[in-house]
Amino acid sequence: MFDKSIVTSLQQISGKEQVLTDKADLICYSYDATQKQYLPDVVVHPGSVEEISQVMKLANEKKIPVFPRGAGTGFTGGSVPTAGGIVLGLTRLDKILEIDEENLVATIEPGVVTEDFQKAVEKVDLFYPPDPASLKVSTMGGNVAECAGGPRCVKYGVTKDYIIGLEIVTPTGDIIKTGGPTMKGVVGYDLTKLICGSEGTLAVITKIIVKLLPKPEAKKTMLVLFDSIDGAAQAVSVIVKGKIIPTTLEFLDARTLDCIRQATDLDVPDAAQAVLLIEVDGEREFLDKQVARIAEIVQPLGIVEIRVAETPEESEALWEIRRSISASLRQINPDKFNEDICVPRSKVPDMIRKIERIADKYQIPIVNYGHAGDGNIHVNIMVDEKVPGDHEKAEKAVVEVFEGALELGGTMSGEHGVGIMKAPFLDMELSANVIDYMKTIKRALDPNNILNPGKIFPSD
Amino acid sequence: MAKLKKLEDYRDEIDQCVKCGGCRAYCPAFGAEKHEGRVARGKIALADSLLKGDVDLEEKFLLDMSQCLLCGSCYAQCPNKVHTEDIVAATRREIADRKGLSTFGKGVGTILKNQGVMNLLAKGGGAFSKLLFKKIPDQSGLRLRFPAPFIAADRTLPPLTAKPFRERCSEVIPGDADKPTVLFFTGCGLNFMYPESGEALLKALKFIGVTVIIPKDQVCCGLPAVSAGAAKTVESLAEENLTVFQKNKYDYIVTACASCHSGLTQIYPGMGEEFDEYRDKVKDIFVFLVEQGFAEKLDELPKHKDRIKVTYHDPCHLRNHGITKEPRAILKALPQVEFIEMEDAGTCCGLGGTYSVYHYDTSKKIGAKKAEFIAASGADLVATDCPGCIMQLQDSINHADEKQRVVHILDLVAVVLPE
Repeated sequence: MFDKSIVTSLQQISGKEQVLTDKADLICYSYDATQKQYLPDVVVHPGSVEEISQVMKLANEKKIPVFPRGAGTGFTGGSVPTAGGIVLGLTRLDKILEIDEENLVATIEPGVVTEDFQKAVEKVDLFYPPDPASLKVSTMGGNVAECAGGPRCVKYGVTKDYIIGLEIVTPTGDIIKTGGPTMKGVVGYDLTKLICGSEGTLAVITKIIVKLLPKPEAKKTMLVLFDSIDGAAQAVSVIVKGKIIPTTLEFLDARTLDCIRQATDLDVPDAAQAVLLIEVDGEREFLDKQVARIAEIVQPLGIVEIRVAETPEESEALWEIRRSISASLRQINPDKFNEDICVPRSKVPDMIRKIERIADKYQIPIVNYGHAGDGNIHVNIMVDEKVPGDHEKAEKAVVEVFEGALELGGTMSGEHGVGIMKAPFLDMELSANVIDYMKTIKRALDPNNILNPGKIFPSD
Repeated sequence: MAKLKKLEDYRDEIDQCVKCGGCRAYCPAFGAEKHEGRVARGKIALADSLLKGDVDLEEKFLLDMSQCLLCGSCYAQCPNKVHTEDIVAATRREIADRKGLSTFGKGVGTILKNQGVMNLLAKGGGAFSKLLFKKIPDQSGLRLRFPAPFIAADRTLPPLTAKPFRERCSEVIPGDADKPTVLFFTGCGLNFMYPESGEALLKALKFIGVTVIIPKDQVCCGLPAVSAGAAKTVESLAEENLTVFQKNKYDYIVTACASCHSGLTQIYPGMGEEFDEYRDKVKDIFVFLVEQGFAEKLDELPKHKDRIKVTYHDPCHLRNHGITKEPRAILKALPQVEFIEMEDAGTCCGLGGTYSVYHYDTSKKIGAKKAEFIAASGADLVATDCPGCIMQLQDSINHADEKQRVVHILDLVAVVLPE
């Protein structure tokens, strides 16, 4: 039973209006993009690291679960309060504290929205590359906790590659600093990297030190339409082999293109069975050459058409095809199982073929698109939950997709994390002693298992 | 009989929301308040819970449901195209059904007290002369927008006209035989607050020889009543207007108010098939003028030497229906205008039907942001196509201590046309 005195204590810590207990309020903090719903007992939005520390001390003492939350846009349930307790909303900590142009470093609070941060650094010609699809709303704290990726990661790497220091509150309520603003630092364990991608199970992130790059002068977008998925997949290899690393290398498979043809009036010729959306960035005069070179080396691979954007508007038009996917998919079936496996990039065609076999076996549509450049495939198993048997078929297909990815030396998740959605499958990828190693860390840091319990590890 | 949809009719629409949270980037109310209950995703979760019986009509529920401008900004950007504005309006009707219409207002009223926003009440009656207020029919949306005790003391309001627009003109103004005939649906804003804009419209249509019918018995479109959850009011207004539409002969119905346009093209067609044939007849005045080659005619006028810098605000109810180019085309063609595009021209002004009555503080916050963009544009005038927006934008600019004036595009058109 939830101890009502907790509410009073939280009100003393953060003020009455920052503590929510009405049913309508609890509903609003009960879900994320997994659409799974769990009601918390109370929601608190603290205004400072000291308040967060007090909340954690209180929760640890009373053994009440705490679920840190940013914008609630995750795909694996990282922020949903699976065991009731406290939702710890971090969106009030939303200040960009410093953008240090001399050292190319910024210090920010976790509630800063990713795109707001990117715009702020771009104003002074700096650049923060990670660009998860939810960047217009996702928070930087959430991005760090989940180690978010995005299309630009082919060239620039993922969130953890840019996080060099943190201030965190431990599950027992201590405020500690990890790493710092220097480009190098090898004193002690790299706790910063441990926290990145720990899905809110090891610490509450309260401050983030970010490494920045100079903003690329320009970018250029091209869309290459292939007559087969093999051509597109080979193109990825030959481009990389040709020593060109595009900023973005997105691919769309034949089924995805079908959906787009049905749902939109975008120009996708019937002959196109796969599409690569390619973007290069850097110095302006360099880009035309790169685009020409890419067009040249993909030429033998069954090209239907190559479109090159000459203006920002044309570039947007090319991106429109990629952006239209999400809504288009619903033409097939209303519900989707959305997985994000990652395989070595040379194995993308093998993986696609495996997925096609799985789709045929279970007679359900599986639509694939994603970040071909880093082998990260968004596998969308489209079902209608109202049709008896569809759900079970999809669950079986998911397991086979994971098996397929692992056979090719890949992973179950490139970006979304484990959360509650992949926890049941954790031992498919990680051996017992690896899981044990991780759990030992978790137990040591969170002896009462109060911080985001039930995530990553299947409940014992 | 005109009939609005019930909340349970939106079951499938509600299920279309995948909780991605993308709406958080676009919802003006969320932008100002940062509470999940303010944003489309939260409201859909709440409507879903209400249908499932998981939540009562508690104060917070009423507050969240009242905190929506019905601007459709979320819909415009939603990857699954979920009409949250319709779901919220249906939820408000559901609240009215279950608890009586006044409960919604009352619930909101108590919360206002709790939030210490009492300054919103009473005292502001001075903005309206009581005598003039009597001229507004009981069912007019203006009464819902300004229920007498709810007018904020510091809100700038246009004076109500002593002689409403429809009393100023004859019911039929003949034009050329080879030109189309239009029915001018004036709306309450133009009729009671901005009659000169109505006269400006007549001048423009006369210039191109269009015959205009201005039926005296037309009534409020009902959109503010949609916002208030007053289903019966909406339905009876729609019926009355339907009769007007049916008994006149014309080629198009033109509006010069984004809200009316939305009422006629978005709300009415869902209320019964007898409304269907009118959906395609309704045209925003600038869409009509552009189709009639009006922009080219304006372009022929010699450009003035010292032109006024004018920017354009997209009313939500036009932007959502894809009407963004035509008002700009007319503005750009005007000889006395130097058109400047402002940043985020398409974000909501913050009025939102009855929203600004109950949530004037949030409404002001949303308006303040808009006022910043207006000031940054360097324009002297803001032109738009909706009396509600005009009123709200002017109020926001005044609060920001800026000097720009807000006008209807028609006002700018009228001054360059021959008498």
